[in-house]
Amino acid sequence: MEKHNIQYQTVRFNLNGKDVERTVDVRASLTDMLRNDFRMTSVKKGCEVGECGACNVLIDGEAFNSCIYLAVWAEGKKVRTLEGLLGPNGELSDIQQAFVDEAAIQCGFCSPGFILTAVEILESGKEYTDAELRKLLSGHLCRCTGYENILRAVKKTMYKRLGKELPR
Amino acid sequence: MSKSVGKSVIRVDAYEKATGRAKYMDDLCDRSALIAKICHSTIAHGFVKSVDTSAAEAVPGVVKVLTCFDAPDIEFPTAGHPWSTDPHHQDVADRKLLNRHVRYYGDEVAVVIAEDEVAAAQAVRALKVEYEELPFVLDVQEAMKDGAPQIQERAQNNILAHSDVRRGDYETARREPGLIKVEGWYDTPTVQHCHIENHGCFAYEEAGRVVVVSSTQIPHIVRRVVGQALGIPWGKVRIIKPYIGGGFGNKQDALYEPLCAWCSTKVGGRLVKLECSREETFVSNRVRHAIRTHIISYVRPDGTLVARKLEAFSNQGAYASHGHGIVAKGMNAFPQLYPCPNVECDSWTVYTNRPSAGAMRGYGIPQAMFAGESHIDDICKAIHMSPLEFRRKNLMPVGYVDGFSKNELYSDTFNQCMDKALELLDYRKKFEEYQNQTGPIRRGVGLAVFWYNTAVWPISLESSSCRMVLNQDGSLQFQTGETEIGQGCDTAYSQMVADAVGIPLGDVHVVSTQDTDITPFGTGAYASRQTYIGGFSIMQTALALRERILAVAHEQTRMPISNLDLVDGQIVRKSDGRVLKSLGDLATESLYSLESSRHITAETTAQIKSNAYSFGCSFAEVEVDIPMCKATLLRLVNVHDCGTLINPALAEAQVHGGMSMAIGYGLSEELKFDEKTGKPLNNNLLDYKLSTFMDHPTLEAAFVENPEPTSPYGTKALGEPPACSGAPAIRNAILNATGVAIDSCPITPHVLYRKFKEAGLIND
Repeated sequence: MEKHNIQYQTVRFNLNGKDVERTVDVRASLTDMLRNDFRMTSVKKGCEVGECGACNVLIDGEAFNSCIYLAVWAEGKKVRTLEGLLGPNGELSDIQQAFVDEAAIQCGFCSPGFILTAVEILESGKEYTDAELRKLLSGHLCRCTGYENILRAVKKTMYKRLGKELPR
Repeated sequence: MSKSVGKSVIRVDAYEKATGRAKYMDDLCDRSALIAKICHSTIAHGFVKSVDTSAAEAVPGVVKVLTCFDAPDIEFPTAGHPWSTDPHHQDVADRKLLNRHVRYYGDEVAVVIAEDEVAAAQAVRALKVEYEELPFVLDVQEAMKDGAPQIQERAQNNILAHSDVRRGDYETARREPGLIKVEGWYDTPTVQHCHIENHGCFAYEEAGRVVVVSSTQIPHIVRRVVGQALGIPWGKVRIIKPYIGGGFGNKQDALYEPLCAWCSTKVGGRLVKLECSREETFVSNRVRHAIRTHIISYVRPDGTLVARKLEAFSNQGAYASHGHGIVAKGMNAFPQLYPCPNVECDSWTVYTNRPSAGAMRGYGIPQAMFAGESHIDDICKAIHMSPLEFRRKNLMPVGYVDGFSKNELYSDTFNQCMDKALELLDYRKKFEEYQNQTGPIRRGVGLAVFWYNTAVWPISLESSSCRMVLNQDGSLQFQTGETEIGQGCDTAYSQMVADAVGIPLGDVHVVSTQDTDITPFGTGAYASRQTYIGGFSIMQTALALRERILAVAHEQTRMPISNLDLVDGQIVRKSDGRVLKSLGDLATESLYSLESSRHITAETTAQIKSNAYSFGCSFAEVEVDIPMCKATLLRLVNVHDCGTLINPALAEAQVHGGMSMAIGYGLSEELKFDEKTGKPLNNNLLDYKLSTFMDHPTLEAAFVENPEPTSPYGTKALGEPPACSGAPAIRNAILNATGVAIDSCPITPHVLYRKFKEAGLIND
């Protein structure tokens, strides 16, 4: 294999609907780039080895731990962070509002990651059972909520989007 | 008047957190910061003979390497306790910024300051540390033996502290004929807080002072500790606490703020950031004390407790941190929870070569309840009495007063909580149904109660200060030294302020950040004290502010103060209820008056010389797969009496989180160490089994509301109590299912395999 010493590389991608480019250290994680170069404060660092889910972002609609995804791999991708969910006048999306209303947020550190996985779940348009939702959300760790109100928030929004009554 | 207290209003910080805009430590740090990384010891015990820094210093981007030979020769305490001006009650000062005598695998040996993280990490790896190794000890009772490795020079047999309780005459009483003796040993594990934001901080110098922005629960205490550790006047230190991603007691300690501050002073006051990795957080911050407890009870066949003995051995790890306070709290609960005339209790806190144990949600009570409540069910099994009836007979009765704290049980809390829980779980029916099961899969129900007291009076200072500043529009800002750490105190406080001042909740603006330069003194978030203690200073300050507002209203309206009130942000004439003017108009006129301009503010300190019991219970239902040695939690119900609920939705959420922690404590979490090296084996979130979304049943939380008479708002502890009784309830449910009394947690398949084999339920 050819040995080369390129340390910086330009990466072009779409961030929250806008085409952007940055020259980054090839060793940098997507977390690093989003936090340091784009000041996306919703992308949190909890372990930096893909265990806790706090740095979760959507890449082409799929949830990824951005801490173990190299920044340069974002080339040509559509990356969404929590910042991209907000309406033009600061309106919360339905899932953010549900997290607020269901008291699913405490310290707030895991919340952005959870909300983005919830977006992936909701955008599938499918109806899931509680057990399925628990499994789909299990890539995120939370020490404050016991996950209970997070489940309520996701479930409530899922049924709302499906136009169905929330089962008792 | 619209009341805010008692309503499930939305968290005041919910929008900021739901949008990712809320700023935590790292969000506030300028990207120009130098990065500090710590070189941790790779032996469990010994002396650093030398550190060769040459290769590290040669790494491009390295600015400075500091070793234990450079650190100031100052030992300092780290516990997040209020300082005591009495030298006999001060926290133990037993660590330096960097240590030549390393006492656990992960101790701080050196620190590298570099231009970026990669250079700092490379340089740490390039350090060559030469050690003189010493024998080490991990087990608490081994450490107490003569000839055990001496970990701290001052502690003979490694005993940091011993305390006892004596009531009546245990030795004579236990000789009564016909008594049944029940004896057990109970072990609880080393666990970690696992807040999702690791601890971190950054420091810089400004105008000859050092400023530290830190993920901490206790900014004013950290200020004092940084001053002590660096040997500089406390006024030269400024601590700023932004939003933090959880704390649970780990951040109720000075962690790396002193080291980070020192690093900044060693590079000319430049901005230095020190962030812990998850692996460092597990080992080199604080952990929960592993406590081994030995209990003997002498009981009459009718369930009367005649004589009881308790010995508790608390594994402190390498440094004192919160020290003996933890096991002492648990020990003191023992004779109170089940009053018995003849009691002997002894507790020891012992240094070992493990990570330092400090405060963690429950502060000794989860350990004490695992031992104590497991033991109660062991008694019930021995005398064939129902665990529910035994508790009804023996638990602390209404009207009980503790002589030391003067705490009183005003209501029939235990029975009310148990009644509610047993109904929710259909406990009685299931308890009978699950007797004498056979077959490989069995179900069981179990219960446990808990003892907890709010805040720290009379052991330590309890005071809180509050400042309120009125704006031109009739809204106000308020500040306290008690901190928002995720538990929701900013919201509960805002509700309290709105009601006490007499303005709408929307006109109350909390200053969430604590900055020791501008926030009134308060010791922070711990001991589940915030709503209780903060309530006093909020009420007192609100009354002072109202007095000033009504005095101005008198001047502006000519009405006597006795006929004026402030209701919902309006100045009202009491006699006919007429609104005379809005608070906004009053405040604007007051501020800009050419005759008597006044900025209406109030600030007071409340010293609190009371404390309050906060009790409740957990009921669990489990399914045990005997051949697979696996216990699955089917249901968990917690019922709490924390007095009047300030915000029911947030209270429920708080209980869920504590229950989750209790489930992990009962079933899966344990930080393990290699017996041969003392090295931690699972200090990451993959191998340390923190409960995930899939490890919980639906969490059921309920309340009994008996207003606490000593609190201005009728409230008392709720932050920690939910973590206290879940694990023993699960353990007792397994006992109900299988007849096997488990003696340790977490109750993993390894533990069940050992116990089921002993009981003859399985063969090899």
